[in-house]
Amino acid sequence: MSTIRPTWVHATILGTFCAGFGVALALTDDVTKAPIKDRALEDKMTSLGQVIPLSIHDNNPATNVITLNNGEGKPTMVYRAVKDGVVTGVAYEIDAPGGYGGPIKLMLGVDPQGKLLGVSVIAHKETPGLGDKISPAKSDWLSRFTGLSIGNPPVEKWKVKKDGGQFDQFSGATITPRAVVGGIRHGLEFFAENKPAMMENK
Amino acid sequence: MAASYGRIVKDGLWENNGVLCMLLGMCPTMAMTGTATNGLGMGLATAVVMAASNLMVATFRNCVTHEVRIPVYILIVAANVTFVDLVMNAWMHELYKVLGLFIPLIVSNCLPLARLEAFAAKEPVLPSLMDGLFMGLGFTLSLTAIGAVREVIGQGTLFADAALLLGPSFHFLESRIMAPDMGILVLILPPGGFLVAGLMVVAKRMVDLASGKEIKMAGAHSV
Repeated sequence: MSTIRPTWVHATILGTFCAGFGVALALTDDVTKAPIKDRALEDKMTSLGQVIPLSIHDNNPATNVITLNNGEGKPTMVYRAVKDGVVTGVAYEIDAPGGYGGPIKLMLGVDPQGKLLGVSVIAHKETPGLGDKISPAKSDWLSRFTGLSIGNPPVEKWKVKKDGGQFDQFSGATITPRAVVGGIRHGLEFFAENKPAMMENK
Repeated sequence: MAASYGRIVKDGLWENNGVLCMLLGMCPTMAMTGTATNGLGMGLATAVVMAASNLMVATFRNCVTHEVRIPVYILIVAANVTFVDLVMNAWMHELYKVLGLFIPLIVSNCLPLARLEAFAAKEPVLPSLMDGLFMGLGFTLSLTAIGAVREVIGQGTLFADAALLLGPSFHFLESRIMAPDMGILVLILPPGGFLVAGLMVVAKRMVDLASGKEIKMAGAHSV
């Protein structure tokens, strides 16, 4: 330990370890790449299955994807359910801004008439015990949006009750439901603006 | 100077416990102890990485010079974390969805590095493997205990979602101790992590005192 070795000895040792682990990591990456891709696709299908009923399509919506720009210039992936060659519903992710812990990631399923087929939460950082009642495991709050559209209720009623709208907030937590209701309203407006592009089956 | 296996087991689980005695690995300790299940999962993943890293460092301990040992150790820990991350994502995907976010945190945990420097760099392969394993299990024990206290007082459940982590046959672990609205929310939030971890450290010292042991501020190097 105490003998002074020339620098190249240390450099060689460190270099050898880096090269060795580099090769090992590359091999692991190579072996796991395909299974990881499969898992990601399965996850996508599971989350799409929550907002698009199985009965309305005969394709795999996870692989029928078009990319549209939302109002802020951010590309949005739109997954399409097709039955007998006709688009019967679309699903897309939206970021509902203004959550207590940052944006809330939602997935919306919408039918050709603009009615919600379902809403699911992809990711959120809301306070446990207060804002996290939006997740279906904690309460059924989110399921009440199914079947609603802009117009039912009218657009000015797409707010929480505290703001004069028709949706319940949670006791002790208004910010989270406000963000979700606003986000869903924006999501439906996005659908209305892009309906022709979404419904065209190429 | 090889330490006896009994000593290694005792040191790892209690006497020189990574969290309760050395106060190392505080980042995952605070982040992952909201529920007992999360603590358990994080602890087990860390134990795997620690055992593998200790094994590798002990194997190469005679060919790494003193001057470059730290970069080599960090490389070994980081590589092991990446192996665990990729392999879990590919073949243990359900578990990965629960723990995946936290596996990279193991790199920033100084407990593996401390054990490499204090133990694996000087000891033969088998004792080093044991040290990594039992230090990791001691870490698991502390995280599960802290998680259990926070979970029971904070949201009234114990081992919620354990079946997601361990498989469907572990549904029996999931229990509700109090009504959902009785929980004291602050225990789940970040301050609760500090409060409970601190109280655990005190509790461990009180147990040691009561059994007549001398309290010493153990450091990472007290092999």
